[in-house]
Amino acid sequence: MPKILNITGLEKTYSSGNKQLTVLQNISFSVEKGQTFSIVGPSGSGKTTLLGLCAGLDQPNSGSIELCGQDLSTLNEDERAQLRNKNVGFIFQNFQLLPTLTALENVSVPLELQGHKDAVKNSLALLDKVGLADRVHHYPSQLSGGEQQRVALARAFANAPSILFADEPTGNLDEETGEKVIQLLLELNKEAGTTLVIITHDLDLANRTQQILRLKGGQVLTNERTAVL
Amino acid sequence: MNKNTTWLFKMAWRDAKASRVRLLLFMASIILGIAAVVSIQLFSANLKDNIKLQSKALMGADYIIDSKQEPTERAQALIDSLQPDAKEINFVSMIAFPKNGGTKLVKVRGLGGDFPFYGTIDTQPSAAADTYQDKGGALVDATLMLQFDVKPGDSIKVGAVTLPILGALKAIPGSTAISTSVAPPIVIPYEYIEQTDLLQFGSRKEYQFFYKTDEPIDLEQFEDIIDPQLKAEEADLDTHTSTSERLGRRYDNVGKFLNLAAFIALLLGCIGIASSVHIYIKEKLKAIAVLKCMGASRMQSFLIFLIQIAGIGIVGGLIGSLIGIGLQELFPYILQDFLPFSVEISISAQPILIGIFLGLFMSVLFALLPLLRTWYVSPLEVLRVDEKGAQEPRKLRYVVIGAVLLFLFLFSFWLLNDALFALGFMFATLIAFAALAGVATLFIKGIRKYFPKRWGFTARQSLLNLFRPNNQTVVLVVAIGLGTCLISTLYFTKDILLAKTEVDQSTDNANIIILDVQSEQQEAIENRITENDLSIVNSIPIVTTRIHKIKGRLANELRQDTTKQMRNWVLNHEFRSTYRETMIDSEELIAGEWTSHATPNAPIVISISDNLAEDGIDIGDNITFNVQGVLMETTVGSIRKVDWRQLQPNFNIVFPAGALEQAPQFRVISTYVPDEAASAALQRDLVAEFPNVSIIDLRQVYTIVEDILDKVSWVINFMAFFSITTGIIVLIGSVRTSKYQRIKESVLLRTLGAKNGQILKISAFEYLFLGLLGSLVGVLLALISSLALALFLFKEPFTPSFIPFLVFLPGITVLVLAIGLSNIQTVIRSSPLEVLRREG
Repeated sequence: MPKILNITGLEKTYSSGNKQLTVLQNISFSVEKGQTFSIVGPSGSGKTTLLGLCAGLDQPNSGSIELCGQDLSTLNEDERAQLRNKNVGFIFQNFQLLPTLTALENVSVPLELQGHKDAVKNSLALLDKVGLADRVHHYPSQLSGGEQQRVALARAFANAPSILFADEPTGNLDEETGEKVIQLLLELNKEAGTTLVIITHDLDLANRTQQILRLKGGQVLTNERTAVL
Repeated sequence: MNKNTTWLFKMAWRDAKASRVRLLLFMASIILGIAAVVSIQLFSANLKDNIKLQSKALMGADYIIDSKQEPTERAQALIDSLQPDAKEINFVSMIAFPKNGGTKLVKVRGLGGDFPFYGTIDTQPSAAADTYQDKGGALVDATLMLQFDVKPGDSIKVGAVTLPILGALKAIPGSTAISTSVAPPIVIPYEYIEQTDLLQFGSRKEYQFFYKTDEPIDLEQFEDIIDPQLKAEEADLDTHTSTSERLGRRYDNVGKFLNLAAFIALLLGCIGIASSVHIYIKEKLKAIAVLKCMGASRMQSFLIFLIQIAGIGIVGGLIGSLIGIGLQELFPYILQDFLPFSVEISISAQPILIGIFLGLFMSVLFALLPLLRTWYVSPLEVLRVDEKGAQEPRKLRYVVIGAVLLFLFLFSFWLLNDALFALGFMFATLIAFAALAGVATLFIKGIRKYFPKRWGFTARQSLLNLFRPNNQTVVLVVAIGLGTCLISTLYFTKDILLAKTEVDQSTDNANIIILDVQSEQQEAIENRITENDLSIVNSIPIVTTRIHKIKGRLANELRQDTTKQMRNWVLNHEFRSTYRETMIDSEELIAGEWTSHATPNAPIVISISDNLAEDGIDIGDNITFNVQGVLMETTVGSIRKVDWRQLQPNFNIVFPAGALEQAPQFRVISTYVPDEAASAALQRDLVAEFPNVSIIDLRQVYTIVEDILDKVSWVINFMAFFSITTGIIVLIGSVRTSKYQRIKESVLLRTLGAKNGQILKISAFEYLFLGLLGSLVGVLLALISSLALALFLFKEPFTPSFIPFLVFLPGITVLVLAIGLSNIQTVIRSSPLEVLRREG
């Protein structure tokens, strides 16, 4: 299978006062196109930092990241933004909807950034798919946590991304709502063939993905395929 | 417009919709400042146009020749050769209304010929202006007629002549309400002047000759040729063009002051915008990071918010301009007493465009620093907050600050047309802002260092709010302080000016001055005063003299010398001099030795004022005076510093006793009257018997000065209103912006069990501290600036009034408290859950 994300020898350090803090060390792995992939590990293991690097939100100190066939180190910030707009979707633990935009406007933004003609029509269809057809003109503050995450889901899939990064997508939801969101996420992945990279504490959720990367202390502990096909 | 641009506008609009209340408040911060600038710009443009258009009507003639004395033979020949079309003699004198015995010091204008040739004499009834010459009647100042309850048909006694009053004089070319306050004008036919018998020895009078040119002539060239010839003969030529240019320049200065006052209001608004946008953008950083995650470029994220701020600026500029157009209609009323003509208001596009440009440019410029942060927001902030992440490089910050200062300088230069003043204004503004910001910063540091740990929870919590992250302490103190400083300075300054004019109630100081007393009248007048149970405070002899020769050179010869350092007026002036043994209170010896008595058979030793010394006359110089035909040799023995502002006779040249007693002279007698009734009785007595004397009641003059100051302070207060209201709007804006920061904290406190009363107390204490600090610093700054004004400008002792401390300080503090507490009402009225959900 072709690789959509290829990480080699990744290292990331932060300076804290006079000290250098190594967050990630010698990380290498790859994700196949259309695969569901989870990254698990205890708090402080470097999961979120790794996600930020993989999506081109930050730059490593050393190592290389190849996303959708592009070496991220050769791109500047705006070029990386363009790459994200065309190929990447995001879901965050805190939903990260734009508070001043309605549900429909939030979903439309990635399409509008691409200059898509039918941004509104497509966004309405996506919101309908996540069961929010009657909440399209509501602002995030007028929606429940589950509804906000479903809007985030619709937004993440709006630009038909090749790869979707989800950071603790159910972390702020109750079990029942969380399950519904995961179901939706996996369904959309199946329908659109989108690669799914999920960061989670939840081992049950991780076990529903095809491959699990375990991190500890900024290093890869294991990288194993699961029984999921 | 391409798709990307459309999307940027769409995003800016979507975001703005949700933040409309805050954006409207940002906009409101600049509206008043722009309204003030536009209204003053429009009014100034109209004023200039009006002066240009009414140039001839303002003077009433094409040109005027005037002389403060009876024209010399040569001057008269020149005047006659130019064939005047009308003439005037005017002088200040007492008049009486026989109907009720009222007396008043007025300016008598004896007019002959068809003056004015342009414009009109505005009278009630209007026909009176055309008929007073033929019918031999008088036109009397309308206010004066109201004061003395006289009507057309009643009569007026001017010296030895009694004339019927034909009409009330409302306006005459070249006069303003202010200029006619002390001695209101009355107009009588020229031929009656002689009969009044008022032009006696020593009377101050002015001769004017009015000309109308039938064919167009180059007045500038004409003035260049004729004026020097007239000046040599102590006469003067004024053309309508030079007069209106002078008038234009005078109002230009007023315009500059008004413009600067407006600019300060605008600046305050811009500081408000900068601070509010700083918080606004800080709250948007997460959303910007999300946008960048979704693929928005740095430029796109920057432009979304730039469009919002530019939109606020343009709409604010437009609304400000529209309000400015409305406001300028007020200026003719506000300044009517200062203008010698009515101003026709018309609307021109330029000031409106300036308003829109200012709104756009200043809001973008002042919001640029916080806006630049959008550029540097990392998309990683979606995942973790990095407080240092979104900082623009230091160099860029300096460039923006430099651009703001450059703009400040350029704009003030455009307003003032003087680089040095513009630089001074820029630095003064910077110092005021820096002083306020510095005190606020020191205060915050002080609280942190000496934090009162033993205070109760609510007091501690409110103090903590003053230096919490995103606090607006500095901005609020600057806004409150600047507003308080402006009104307090105005109040203190008015105090200084009014204190100067207060009538000293002690009988040592005269409050009635009787001028033009002829030698033969002296005894009778002094008797009349003592018969009225009043005492003579001063009886000062006055002798008119001219300089004949100075340091061995004839005055005539010196006049022709273009290399001389002496001003012409010294050589041309008819000095009203006195002789006495001692110096008086308004004088201080700065050089030489005072000579009290003249020594027989030796040159007379005189004393000169410091302003004469500036013309190169020094101790030991010989001056020959022409004392009405008799030449008198003198030597300068001393130089006095004279305080000309004191309302009493002051002199350039003082002779010693024993030098001029035999010379033709007249007197100024002064006395003290305890009340108005005594003043009126004395004036009635004197005017009836000695119609030639002029009587100045200083109390009336002080009332007029007070009235003028009231009018001036009304104009200043009107301008301060813009700054103060802008300050309040900035205050509301800042408080409202801070609402979003602290509301969650208050709700958390409520969730943890804090009572409404405790939350109210926390906010109340915080705003009380802010209000007190801002207004106290403002009043103290005003105190310092007023002290500087008193010492360096007015040169007066300064006794500060308590009003700013007792009224402004608590008043403004209460206002800040009220605005602050209204902010917290949302928290008090809502359930914690509701607020938490609403605030997201």
